Amino acid sequence: MENLNVYAAKLAPQQESLAPGHRACQGCAELLAVRLVAKTLGKDYIIANATGCLEIVTSSFPHSAWEVPWIHVAFENAAAVASGVEAGVKILKKKGKYPVDRKITIIAQAGDGGTVDIGLQALSGALERGHDMVYICYDNEAYMNTGIQRSSATPYGATTTTSPAGEASPLGQHTMKKNVVEIAAAHNIPYVATASPSYPFDLMQKVRKAADTPGPAYIHCFVPCPTGWRMAPNLAVSIGRIAVESKVFPLYEIENGEYKMTVTHKNHRPVIDYLKPQGRFRHLSEGNIAEIQQQVDKSYDRLLKKVKMSQIELD
Amino acid sequence: MAKRVGIEVSLAISEAVKLANVDAIAAYPITPQTHIVEHLSELVADGELDAAFIPVESEHSAMSVCAGTSAAGARTYTATSSQGLALMNEILYIIPALRLPVVMTIANRAISGPISIWNDHSDIMGVRDTGWIAVFAENGQEAFDLSLMAFKIAEDHRVLLPISVNIDGFTLSHVIEPHEFLGQEEVDKFLPEYKPAVQLNPDAPVSMGTVGIPEIFTEAKKCQDEVLKGSEAVVKEVFAEFGEMFGREYKVVETYRSEGAETLLMTMGSVSETAMEAIDKMRDEGKAVGLIRLRLWRPFPVEALRAEMVGVKTLAVIDRAVSFGGTGGPVASEVRSALYSIDQAPYVASFIAGLGGRDITIDDFIMVVGQAERMAAEKEIHQYKMIGVRE
Ligand SMILES: Cc1ncc(C[n+]2csc(CCOP(=O)(O)OP(=O)(O)O)c2C)c(N)n1
Ligand code: SF4
Ligand SMILES: [Mg+2]
Repeated sequence: MENLNVYAAKLAPQQESLAPGHRACQGCAELLAVRLVAKTLGKDYIIANATGCLEIVTSSFPHSAWEVPWIHVAFENAAAVASGVEAGVKILKKKGKYPVDRKITIIAQAGDGGTVDIGLQALSGALERGHDMVYICYDNEAYMNTGIQRSSATPYGATTTTSPAGEASPLGQHTMKKNVVEIAAAHNIPYVATASPSYPFDLMQKVRKAADTPGPAYIHCFVPCPTGWRMAPNLAVSIGRIAVESKVFPLYEIENGEYKMTVTHKNHRPVIDYLKPQGRFRHLSEGNIAEIQQQVDKSYDRLLKKVKMSQIELD
Repeated sequence: MAKRVGIEVSLAISEAVKLANVDAIAAYPITPQTHIVEHLSELVADGELDAAFIPVESEHSAMSVCAGTSAAGARTYTATSSQGLALMNEILYIIPALRLPVVMTIANRAISGPISIWNDHSDIMGVRDTGWIAVFAENGQEAFDLSLMAFKIAEDHRVLLPISVNIDGFTLSHVIEPHEFLGQEEVDKFLPEYKPAVQLNPDAPVSMGTVGIPEIFTEAKKCQDEVLKGSEAVVKEVFAEFGEMFGREYKVVETYRSEGAETLLMTMGSVSETAMEAIDKMRDEGKAVGLIRLRLWRPFPVEALRAEMVGVKTLAVIDRAVSFGGTGGPVASEVRSALYSIDQAPYVASFIAGLGGRDITIDDFIMVVGQAERMAAEKEIHQYKMIGVRE
């Protein structure tokens, strides 16, 4: 790490607005992703944060890890609070009453639970109303803050504390992960993307693009959680890469309705490479894994079709 | 003096909000609040009011958006009723804890079930302990005046708490009454621009709504309650300033012909006007009866109430909501505990009336007074009497 300053400075901005010393678990990719977002955005942004791991680990009074204005109100309303901040700053600027004349990015951030379940209505309302903001969902595939309960973003076959695998129900979670990226896109907003801190430059580029896009943008960020996924903390980054390499979590963007892959691989890894290191999938049978492979292939193919359609439209 | 205009009370409230030059309004429609926000959206669309109008997808989001606009430093307004207020409940607690001076009109309406669009006070009683200042208007003029004063009270840096102005749904919100409007210049003099104490601003970052660990939670709650209690003095100050400037007097506890009265009726909201007529009738018959009207519901004006109890033997409290399984009507229960420790506390009779749009007539009030006096004489132990129940 001796020459970190020499190399790192060329790669990622040095600026930090998320201070060290927060209380996240070792190897938490959620905080890793947030830090990359913070590096991208610098200082001129305001955050509305939903209740969840991210809020808890960064804001225990009298401490706060936030060096930018930050507000937490409740669990399901980050999108609504951010709508208010956006509308408030905008009208005050128009009336000459807001002291800052630079462009300020408004960020709403929430976990998967705060987005795809309890916060879905507020998210939909905010996207539909067209607020100029970026909503980032940090998807660790369960309610981690309350002790790893299932959400509708928990994948098929994962065990959580409320979707345990048992005699009568050997699979664990038996529903399919809700595709909120498509739900966001269905609002006809100008920018939607998936992202992963395992691909930091792809993530930062997307955050930049989302912030620069007028109107609402939605980023669905895949954040491995060693604690909840029952795996070693040092695997958080690599498992995020394997998720992309195995087509489990493809990285793409939807700009004005046009789909584009942003990270592609020639040879995809089998899903078993992704499932094996994680304790939450330990109980799965070979048959289960084959089934998951089929599901993953199918939804990836469906995505590729949309990408192809977009290319045809562009031609 | 300002001109008198005959106008629906809801529209008068919207005009007051416009005169207050609000920056942001977030609202979701619910009867009988609708006319207020419809008119405001018109004023914004016509360019008469330069404000952000955010037509949200639920009341939960309405109050959440208000948190955002207010935290950004915008003068913020919303209005709701009944189920809408109930849906906001979670966020209602957080707004005062964040010290955000949001102003809200509540067009009071019964809470389901059965579903009812008509007036009573079950909506506001359900959010009694959320930490908002709550005032009640009895007529359109008061609704107009209190709507203006609400901003000044809430935004005072000694307060910085949200406030609800309660108006009875339909019986007040939908009637046309004469209102004395105020001019923009005089309003501006009374209500200067909102200067937030803190705001979300990248040049001076703050973290709002951080986690309250056990070591500070108790202190945070104590502070909050002290500020809310302390707001009573500011409410009085603002009432006095308003009276001086515009000639209309307001008190936290209002009375009517209470001098020398041994029995007092006690009301909140628009039924007070009917109650006054009942008092006139009884006074004409030589009865020593008066009326006491609670204008400030939160913080509860304990001292002001006690000061009116000299020589009073019987207090007949009219409640417009049920506290299920409780010890009496919600107002009566408060009154009983506020008066319990004073010497020669009056007998407090609790009556529940006017639920879900049921009228309370002059005769009802006269009957209540008679019944309360009889109960007092017999020292009847009771929780409450519900009047007008058909067997
Ligand atoms: C209305 C409400 N219901 C439930 C909770 C309890 N709760 C707090 S955080 C949380 C889970 C958060 O999960 P997620 O949004 O996925 O974020 P994570 O902690 O996983 O990052 C829950 C259920 C709450 N605070 N508010
Ligand atoms: S539980 Fe998971 S998401 Fe939460 S702080 Fe720990 S590693 Fe991060
Ligand atoms: Mg989660």
